[in-house]
Amino acid sequence: MSTGTAVAKRVTRRHDEGAGRLAAILVSPTMAVLGLVVLYPIIAALYTSLYQKNNGVNPKTGIVEQGDKFVGLQNYTAIFSGDTASTFWTAFGNTSFFTVVNVVIETAVGVAMALVMHRAFRGRGVVRASILVPWAIPTAVSALLWRWIFQPQGAANALFNSQVLWTADGTPAKVAVIIADTWKTAPFIGLLVLAGLQTIPNEVYEAAKVDGATGWTQLFRITLPLAKPALLVAVLFRILDTLRIFDLPYVLVGPHKDSVNTLSMLAFDEANNIRYGPAAAYSTVLFIYVAVVAFLFVKILGADVIGAARSQRKAAPKRNRAAGKPEAVAA
Amino acid sequence: MTTTALPAAAATETVAPVKPKRQRTVGANIGIALIVVYCLIPFYWMVVSAFRRPEDQFSNLPVPWPISFRNFLGVFGQGVGFGRSLLNSLVVAGVTTLLTLIIGTFASYALARLEFRFKNAVLAVIIATSMFPVISLIVPLLKLFTNNLHWINTYQAMILPSLSFALPLAVFNLTAFFRQLPFDLEQAAMVDGCTPGQAFRKIIIPLAAPGVFTTAIITFIAAWNEFLIALSMVNQKQMQTATVAISKFTGVSGSGFDQPFGTQMAAGVVVTIPLVVAVLVFQRRIIAGLTTGGVK
Repeated sequence: MSTGTAVAKRVTRRHDEGAGRLAAILVSPTMAVLGLVVLYPIIAALYTSLYQKNNGVNPKTGIVEQGDKFVGLQNYTAIFSGDTASTFWTAFGNTSFFTVVNVVIETAVGVAMALVMHRAFRGRGVVRASILVPWAIPTAVSALLWRWIFQPQGAANALFNSQVLWTADGTPAKVAVIIADTWKTAPFIGLLVLAGLQTIPNEVYEAAKVDGATGWTQLFRITLPLAKPALLVAVLFRILDTLRIFDLPYVLVGPHKDSVNTLSMLAFDEANNIRYGPAAAYSTVLFIYVAVVAFLFVKILGADVIGAARSQRKAAPKRNRAAGKPEAVAA
Repeated sequence: MTTTALPAAAATETVAPVKPKRQRTVGANIGIALIVVYCLIPFYWMVVSAFRRPEDQFSNLPVPWPISFRNFLGVFGQGVGFGRSLLNSLVVAGVTTLLTLIIGTFASYALARLEFRFKNAVLAVIIATSMFPVISLIVPLLKLFTNNLHWINTYQAMILPSLSFALPLAVFNLTAFFRQLPFDLEQAAMVDGCTPGQAFRKIIIPLAAPGVFTTAIITFIAAWNEFLIALSMVNQKQMQTATVAISKFTGVSGSGFDQPFGTQMAAGVVVTIPLVVAVLVFQRRIIAGLTTGGVK
């Protein structure tokens, strides 16, 4: 840890013009690419969302018109109050529902996993390897896997001796999506929280024990508060990830199903049918929704996302050692 | 680790009732076993289903018996084009990873080692971009690629949008890794007579290599698993990536079932096994990368 801070101090001293110019040169390719593939599309989407495709003959001139026509905020008003309003609100509701329910369940399961892994001595290697398996499987493949498990004649019904049409529509489809999503992402949260737990020094627990704190008191007064920064960042990323959920409901249940249709699926569907204007409007609404949620989360709960990147310096050497020597992790 | 790792002397003096050590260990072991089962059972079911005979598709035996490779033969059968899909995935994920590493290494080096104005702003922009919904980027890019550039069904139409999530991920990871490098060693080498170039080549590059390698694996897995971009930018079977191809499989199993789950599971195994092997071999590095990066 001491070398880390020493480096930090030395680097700070090198705060001069040369470093600034070198940094600009080094950083600019990344910024240029991000500008091209992120900033440009966002602005282009705003622009596109104000247009609609011309269809057919202009009644005034009698000329067949092609290209796009400016329609102002019509695409947006159509979303909120037009014929498609109910589709939008269903998708909006589903997206929000999945975000809240999935993230709560995944966090609970993930934290429980982290606590177990943190306490265990034996089998760390096995558990570490197996916990990475759900993470490594492509979401589309895991969706197919769960679609198979949730078939009418599949393993889930055989196991529970039930005859539920899981992947058709309705509440069972929602449950199927929640189960499949939890399976894939809870271990990942567990991994991040475990990393947070490992930075808590043992002395804190020793002191607590001397003061007579029981296991539960330790959990709620020491472990969870100290793991909070790691947990908040993990939860924030999961929330933003679930807000854009697409692969899982699309493959597990399928498109055009009211119970699992999400905002991403809606926008994809419009774009797929070459209705770029409405598609851009949907995706812009989703973008604003994500931005607002992220902003509120950071403001209210104080998730220090950049700090998480910045403070790696302190925690890093410890983790480096852990990565290098297997015994260091187990001990 | 929390309580049981305490020295015995400290434990005897405690006021709080502490469960016997043995009981705790047993509880933790059961917990560990549950986690392993939870993570592996669905994956195991995929493997088992892949190795069944197509006519045994709905068998619920916990082992595939009699074992059969016909689902795998179906996956690579004529007219399925799954080999081509795997190649497409390899090209898209490989080029994305390569581009990302080349561009991202420069930025990460600056973010980790240099102190400059707007550094936090640059970090904030990079993190923020990783939070944007992919669909918001796809809609305008799809329009651009379709109407203006005629890039639909090309590799670049999948690779460029993939940079939007791969680049922030890689920069974040690499920056965290580079911060751990002992740059004092570089100074020491120069004091000992190395030129700056030699010091960089002989000290920094070998030390940075593991971090770059880990970032490469994580980025590659993220790009390999990508679905929405590949689904949007391609409408020819020939150009589909593996994830998209699997989701669109329609009966070649010869089993006569509506949906060829056996074939799909076999294809899933083919797509997943390289990742699982990579994960098993490099688990420590990957976990170090994931937890320092903090981003998926």
